[in-house]
This record gives sequence, C-alpha cells and structure tokens, in this order.
Amino acid sequence: MSQTKRSRTIILTIIGIIIAVYILFPFYLVVLNSFKKQTDIVASPIAWLGASFSQFVSNVSSVVGNSNFNFWTALGSSTCITVVSLILLALFGSMAAWVISRNNKKAWATVIYMIFIASMIIPFQVVMLPLISTFRDVGNFIGIPMLKSIPGAIFAYCGFGGAMTVFILTGFIKGVPYDLEEAAAIDGCSPEGTFFKVILPLLTPVITTVTILNGMWIWNDYLLPSLMLGNNSKYKTLPVAVQAFVGSYVKQWDLILTAALLAILPMIIIFLIAQKQIMEGMVEGAVKG
Amino acid sequence: MKTKAQGNSALSFILLIAGIVLLVAALAMDVMGTKFAGRGAMLIFGIIAFFAGLYLIPTMKHHRKIVYFIFLFPLLFTFAVTVIIPLVLGIGYSFTDWTGVKITKFVGLANYMSMFKDPAFIYSILITFVFVIINMVLINVIGFCLALLCTSSIKASGFFRAAYFLPNLIGGIVLGYIWQFVFNNVLIGMTNHISLLSQSKTALLCIVVVYLWQYGGYIMLIYITGLTQVPGDVLEAANIDGATPMQTLFQIKIPMIASTITICTFLTLTSAFKQFDVNMALTNGAGSVPNFMGAYLSNGTQMLALNIYNTAIAKNSYAVGQAKAVLFFIILAVVSLIQVRISNSKEVEL
Repeated sequence: MSQTKRSRTIILTIIGIIIAVYILFPFYLVVLNSFKKQTDIVASPIAWLGASFSQFVSNVSSVVGNSNFNFWTALGSSTCITVVSLILLALFGSMAAWVISRNNKKAWATVIYMIFIASMIIPFQVVMLPLISTFRDVGNFIGIPMLKSIPGAIFAYCGFGGAMTVFILTGFIKGVPYDLEEAAAIDGCSPEGTFFKVILPLLTPVITTVTILNGMWIWNDYLLPSLMLGNNSKYKTLPVAVQAFVGSYVKQWDLILTAALLAILPMIIIFLIAQKQIMEGMVEGAVKG
Repeated sequence: MKTKAQGNSALSFILLIAGIVLLVAALAMDVMGTKFAGRGAMLIFGIIAFFAGLYLIPTMKHHRKIVYFIFLFPLLFTFAVTVIIPLVLGIGYSFTDWTGVKITKFVGLANYMSMFKDPAFIYSILITFVFVIINMVLINVIGFCLALLCTSSIKASGFFRAAYFLPNLIGGIVLGYIWQFVFNNVLIGMTNHISLLSQSKTALLCIVVVYLWQYGGYIMLIYITGLTQVPGDVLEAANIDGATPMQTLFQIKIPMIASTITICTFLTLTSAFKQFDVNMALTNGAGSVPNFMGAYLSNGTQMLALNIYNTAIAKNSYAVGQAKAVLFFIILAVVSLIQVRISNSKEVEL
C-alpha cells in the first residue's frame, strides 16, 4: 500500500514538474535571450550560444536610455500612479464603506451601495470614449489638465476602483461589532475620531486584500493609461512604454525581450517578497467579488 | 470653553466664506474664459476651505451628518465623474454623429444599423463568443485539474502553486509580446516555418493558449481554496465506505464546491469577454478571412473589445465605436444577471 502511495506521489510530482516547466518556459526564454545579440537569437532562440553578461549589460543600457521606452520615467510614473491611487482608494474607500454600512437602514445609503454594486458590471469600453472627452473638457474648463497628467490618471483610478473597494470593505465592516463604536462614543470620542482610531486599524486585513487586487489591476492596466496619458507623452506607464517601444523596434527581439524583462521584474520581486499575501488576496477578492 | 467654541465658529465662518468666494471666483473665471493660470489652484483651495469650514461648524447635533457627508464625498465625486457621467453621455452619444469632440446632429439608430451591416463586426462578435466559450471550459477544467494536483500528495505543492500562478502577475501587453516571440521565433521550427500567428484559425488558438497560460493559475488558486474547505471527515467517511477516488471526486468534491464553480465560471466568462491586451499585443486583430457574409475580412483575430477600440481610435469613428460599446455593455449585463440568477438558485438548493 505505502509502496503504491509513494509511486503515486512520484508520478504526480513529475506531472507537476512538467507543467511547471511549460508554464515557466517563456520566462526562461525572456531571460536567456536578453543575454544575447539579435543575430544569435535569430540563429537559435533556445540555445545558450552567444549569451554573455556583457551583452546583457549592453542590451539593458540601450533599452533603458531609449527615448521610446524611458525605463526610469515609466517606472516612476507607474509607481507614482499605483501607489497614490492605492493609498487614496484605501482611505476614501474605507471612509465611504464605513458611512454606508453604519447607515444601512437608510434609503440613501442603500441607493449609493446599489449603484456601486451595479456599476461593477460596466466594462471600461463603454465609458472610455466619453471619459476622455469629459476629462478634456473639464481640464480645459477648470484650468487643471486632466489628460496627459498623473493626477488625472489617479483621479480616474479612484473612480474606477471605488465600486469594488467599497463592496469588499462594506462586507467586512458589517461584521465589526457596533458596540465598539458606542463604547468609544460614550468615552467622548467624535465620529471621525472613532473611525480613525477604532475602525481603521481593524480593517488592516481587508485593506490588504483590496490593495492587492487594485494594485495588480492598476499596475498592469494598459487601456486607461494609453488613452489618458497618451502613447507618446512623457508620463507613460510601463505597459504603455513597452507597447510604444515594440511599435518602434519591430522584430528587434534582443531589445524587446530585455524591455519585457525590465517591465516584469518589479512585479516578480514584489511577488517573491509577498507571495503568500498576494495569492490569498487574489482569491479572497474573487470569492467576495 | 466658551471662547474656544466662539473661536471655532468664527474660524468655521471665515473658512466657509473664503471657500465659497474662491469657488465662485474660479468658476466665474472659467465661464468668462479668463486664462488665469491659478484658477485651478483657487478651485482646489476653495473646496478644501469649504470642507474645513463645514467640519468646524460648532454643532453637536449635526456634526455626525457633516462627517458622513465629508467621508462620502471624495469617492462619490470621483466615481460620478469617471463612471456615471461618461456612461450617461456615452449612451447618449451613441445616438448622434459624435466625432469625439463635437456633435452636430441626432441620428437615431443609424449607428446601430450600420454596425450590424458591417460583416467585420458580426465576425468579431462571433469569434468573441467562440473564444469565450472555449476559454471558459478549458480554463475551468484545467484550473480544476491543477487544483486537484496541488491538493494531492504532491511534494513541494507551495512551489507549484506559486509557479502556476506566476503568469497572472504580468499584464497582457507584455505577455502578448513574449508569446509573439515564442510563436514566431521558437515554435516556428516545429511548424514548417509558417508562424502559427499568420493564419486566422491557428492564431485564434494561440490567443486561447496564451490566455489559458495567464489565467489558469489564478482559477486554480480559487479552486484550491474551495477544495480545502471540503470537510476532512466527509472525505474520510467516503474512504472508509470504500469510495473510489473517482467517486469521491464526482459525488463529493464537485457537488460541495458548486459555489466555487459558479464563481470561476463567471470570472472566466466576463474576463475572457473583455479580453483586450493579449489580443492587441499578440495579433492586433490581423488575419485574413476569405469569405464571410460575402466579404473579404482582414480582422480574422479581432475580438469585440479590440474592434471597439479600433473603430473609435484607429478609424476615428467615435459614434459607431460608442454604439458598439453600448451593445458590449448590454451583452455583459445580461450575462451578469444570468449569473446572479444561477448562483441565487444554487444557494437555495443547498
């Protein structure tokens, strides 16, 4: 019995390894070929022939300094947009969710909550065209550029991420006992004080979940930044920069794959650090959303 | 105590007045077309001053309501400006000759009529449905099998979970280019030097493969969570009763994770339907179709989301693109409603 069990484990592990090889193989190709020259890649994309560290350094330096890619600027824009949007979404989202769940017997709160939930089925495609014209008009009107500007993109992400954030947070806050707040109120704590000192610290686990979900989406999003920031502007995010770079270097695989490697590296590093949280957060978000 | 309250009320009054003055002045400049560069800053400071004043109003009775209002405002405002207003405008624009900048006349259903007469668009709808159904089935079956594998007696299952999930971390654009390289340069040796991406039919399969590669690990994680929630004593009881692994799988595990299956089905359905990034990076919709509804098409791999984008942005016909987007929205809404119905009825059964 234990003999068959052990051989079963071995067979399953071998199947697992084969699938893992298939899944990780493209990553291997990206890394390998960013160490090679274009001619060596064309000669054989899977051979080690011609791979050298000095070639990698030269590929990286020509990609990083490229005017279509601008790696450091793109990394900066992506980081800035993602981090600020995530902070604002977590803060505004939990504020709104708290108000909604503490007034859940009142009609206006129910209506707001229902609108948020219903809006989750709205695809970006149906709002993207009027969004651009609205943002352009509003920007011209108030004298603050909303297109081709980082604050404009952050504003849009707060709007688009709001519904899902409020939905998940409201579900959690409903489970926080109201007694806690009453006790704080009796001790003379103001409503805003209660929220920031009592409720917000309790929300840490669920805020982690929404931050991971929103972060994965905002960091990798292509359509919104390409439309709002423009493919040629200096505020491109990383996915837009990769697209612009590929468009200008068709079939230059040594440079394209190096650019791809640079673009995926930050996310891989974050995943290696917070692997458990990311995987749990993604599942929780899906199950609740 | 009294002086403090008075100080507060004076400050509140000043801030409220200053806020309103700044707001009105900035808006007046906007309306009159004064190109004073500081008007945006005035607007923002006006709003901040107004809210600070509102917050400091010395009232015990209404303070809670004011706080609620201030807390709700930021998210509701951004949500209204980015989602609700564009949605309403967009539905309205789809009945006009909107050019992205201006509207000259109302055209009724003309945009909708023209899009249904366009073979390329009908083709896009068809292949999108085919793609969605194939993907939904494949991703769920493969994700479920991977989940069974990872919850079995396999060694180092943590590593396998992370490895299978890894592609999901990367955006569709970068993934699409990486796979374009794989199909055009690596696998080409196995396919007689004809790229799989050059024929419409095989290129569609390539999109399915890439999408599966990107999404399978994520669906697997959700199934793993579902499977680990199946109570151990039930499985043990089945084992003692002499159930074969197949019986355990089909008669215990699958019925017990019915709600997880609904979640995953819906998730794959909507995300495959909205698929854009991989489609754009991998083929950009190119591919020839010799004869479809009597027309020659060059958008052999162009799915609905990409078709909408290309209609509006590349071909610059915003009104037709918007009409297509409205149809896209309606289809998605119907699918979502069906899903809600199904999952509600399932819950009643359990």
